[in-house]
Amino acid sequence: MRKMASNILPNTKMSFSARMNNTWAEMKKNKVSYMFLAPYAIIFAIFTIVPVLTSIGLSFTYYNILEPPKWIGFQNYINLLLDDEVFLIALKNTFIFAAITGPIGYFAALFFAWMINELPPKIRAIMVVIFYAPTISGQAYIVWNTLFSGDAYGYINGMLIQLGIIYEPIQWLTDPTYMKTAAIIVVLWMSLGTGFLAFVAGLQGIDNTLYEAGYVDGIQNRWQELWYITLPSMKPQLLFGAVMSITSSFAIHEVLVPLVGFPSTDYAAHTVVSHLVDYGNIRFEMGYASAIATLLFIAMVGTNQIVQRLIRKVGS
Amino acid sequence: MAKTKAKARRRKPNRSLGGDITNIVIVRNPSLENFQDLFILMQQSWVPFSRYILNTVFITAVGTVGHVIVASMAAYVLAKHKFPGRVLFFNIVVLSLMFSYHVTAIPSYLTMSFLGWIDTYYAIIVPQLAYSLGLFLMKQFMEQIPDSLLEAARIDGASEFRVFWQIAMPTVKPAWLTLVIFVFQNLWNTTGGTYIYREELKTLPYALQQILAGGIARAGVAAAVALLMMSVPITLFIITQSNIIQTMTTSGIKE
Repeated sequence: MRKMASNILPNTKMSFSARMNNTWAEMKKNKVSYMFLAPYAIIFAIFTIVPVLTSIGLSFTYYNILEPPKWIGFQNYINLLLDDEVFLIALKNTFIFAAITGPIGYFAALFFAWMINELPPKIRAIMVVIFYAPTISGQAYIVWNTLFSGDAYGYINGMLIQLGIIYEPIQWLTDPTYMKTAAIIVVLWMSLGTGFLAFVAGLQGIDNTLYEAGYVDGIQNRWQELWYITLPSMKPQLLFGAVMSITSSFAIHEVLVPLVGFPSTDYAAHTVVSHLVDYGNIRFEMGYASAIATLLFIAMVGTNQIVQRLIRKVGS
Repeated sequence: MAKTKAKARRRKPNRSLGGDITNIVIVRNPSLENFQDLFILMQQSWVPFSRYILNTVFITAVGTVGHVIVASMAAYVLAKHKFPGRVLFFNIVVLSLMFSYHVTAIPSYLTMSFLGWIDTYYAIIVPQLAYSLGLFLMKQFMEQIPDSLLEAARIDGASEFRVFWQIAMPTVKPAWLTLVIFVFQNLWNTTGGTYIYREELKTLPYALQQILAGGIARAGVAAAVALLMMSVPITLFIITQSNIIQTMTTSGIKE
């Protein structure tokens, strides 16, 4: 009886127990929803939430994997921000990489998905394969090692020498002046990934009648169509693509290892994730590595908040 | 001008290696020898090579199908039902994508060992079922299904599972076809990592890594291996991509 009363009058001030009862009643009513969610939620809690929370907890300890973790409070964070010059270099590099590869990669993915959208399915599939090939082939980016190779055999050096533009080979991947640019080019080459496929699928989900209605309402060209109909209709995919861009552009590391070495000369292409892998997998300072991961997480969450707000404005 | 060109040429030790674009594109002396070598190597392996293939096929098939179903069910209720905690849960899933997996490796290993799942396929397949990206992707697409469509099915007396399976899933076919590619790629390339130690449970990418470990002498075979490994996901990719077609019009859905 009390449960029903609180359901009828949800806005009146309730005691904590009454509110709990209310929530419980609400949850019982949605039993089916929870049953659908349960398999995922249970597995997710055990294999994602628990490890992530453990890592965040470890970031407040000194933990070298062999000995039990020792609680040291915020010491890892203090050391990172005040005492670790390499971390500050890594932070700067990460922001440069993210600021360039994130937005360019995102818009490139959107643009190419839009370009090929109206092709017949078979041809579109082939085009998608061509664009997505750098991602699907896993390690194929090592071809860039041959292109950027520092001796005269490297394709880029060879071509520039043959054209008479340079006289001696440039150390593209070991000279700190060029290293970052070379890495950015390779990352951009690979940027048609997860987001791109989501856009391709999202564009196919848009109801054609919307376009017909749009032209009746006075839309004049493809750009207006894109801004007022296409993009607003695929907002969920735009949000998805943005999150994927953020997670990948802030976490550039694997590509860099075969390309510029690990660590790179003068840490010129050292990223936060490189630093994390250095401490976690090489020096086995897991507490410190966890603190790096936590800071990176905070940076990504912050960026995500800003980007999500921007995307909500699309089409207005 | 001619002089600088000549000078540049002299500086370059071997013209046939760099610069000349034809050398990148045209293959000299094509042969299938690498594939023959691979075949011979395969026969020498300790565990029958077909076992590795079977292991990978099993993991990939179970994991991909399982993930698509589990993630879609969760995504469906998160997008289309209103119940306490759904926004919070969804936000946690999205945020979890941003936490670096490098540092969660040790806690994950401890969890697996606590459950006694080391050296079993549970350790590989089960966590993949709750892959965050899949739920996020499916939820974004499920949001676009018109409520009226689902409501119509409910009025006709369909159970919630039938509404999900026969109405929602066909409508978001482009989404799960895309998701299949992501999960398939993950599982197809899994080496078993730190969870699998018994030789007869190891996967195809692991066996191939052993061939790659042969170094420069096996460079040709390694390339053959890479091609074979890639050909399966690419075939699947082409099949799924050509099936991504306008669902909203083909299934006659209108608000």
